[in-house]
Amino acid sequence: MKIEHYKKSDELHVKLFGELDELTGSYVRIVLDGLIDDDEIKKLYIDMSSLSFMDSTGIGVLIGRYKRLKPRGIPIYIQSPTPIVDRILGLSGMYEIMIKAV
Amino acid sequence: MKNEMTLTFNAISVNEAFARNAVAAFCVDLDPTIDQINDIKTAVSEAVTNCIVHAYPNGAADDLVTIKTTLENDTVHIVISDTGVGIENIDNALQPFYTSKPEQERSGMGFTVMESFMDTLRVEHNEPRGTVVLMTKTIRGGDWNKKKHCD
Repeated sequence: MKIEHYKKSDELHVKLFGELDELTGSYVRIVLDGLIDDDEIKKLYIDMSSLSFMDSTGIGVLIGRYKRLKPRGIPIYIQSPTPIVDRILGLSGMYEIMIKAV
Repeated sequence: MKNEMTLTFNAISVNEAFARNAVAAFCVDLDPTIDQINDIKTAVSEAVTNCIVHAYPNGAADDLVTIKTTLENDTVHIVISDTGVGIENIDNALQPFYTSKPEQERSGMGFTVMESFMDTLRVEHNEPRGTVVLMTKTIRGGDWNKKKHCD
């Protein structure tokens, strides 16, 4: 699992590479929490075009970040999920609380 | 024709990717689509996660997960068993978003994912202890119609 990020004005852009499961979930959680703990951020974009696998452990990680960001009014945008990831995001109702960005 | 494979491995998270990829590779003989392979990988990953997180909460060195995969005609049968603490109330565990570990940011979607991505799902108590998850999926890949025609 590799995570890249950059800031563009008030947007935090994060890109996930590899597989998000029980093995990598804690790492992703810690890295994302370190990045979103920034008062200047108003939007979080997560690029999933290079995320080759995710199971419900990843859904738990996303819900956890959503709960942290919601009180600050910060929306989460999911960008370009691979088909396997898109399927579990849809099934889990993530697109009802996050925005599927083109 | 019947073809079987049994894997037994330590219930540690580093083995999750191995388990889902090994089962998926074994199923390739049924000529699945990419989507079907992905469904199987995800379902196996969910079941193995349950073993690691729930069946063996204390993580001892001899905690084992066994996966028996059987290919029979067009159907893959996957049986994932552990000898861990077991599930007290299986009906509750099968409910979407149910989790016994809310403090760990668990989504509670594991069994729902297995049920959605496979054709059938059964969860039973293992004897004398633990849990058995039985899943099946009928594979009708891109060449299925052609194969049926040739048969």
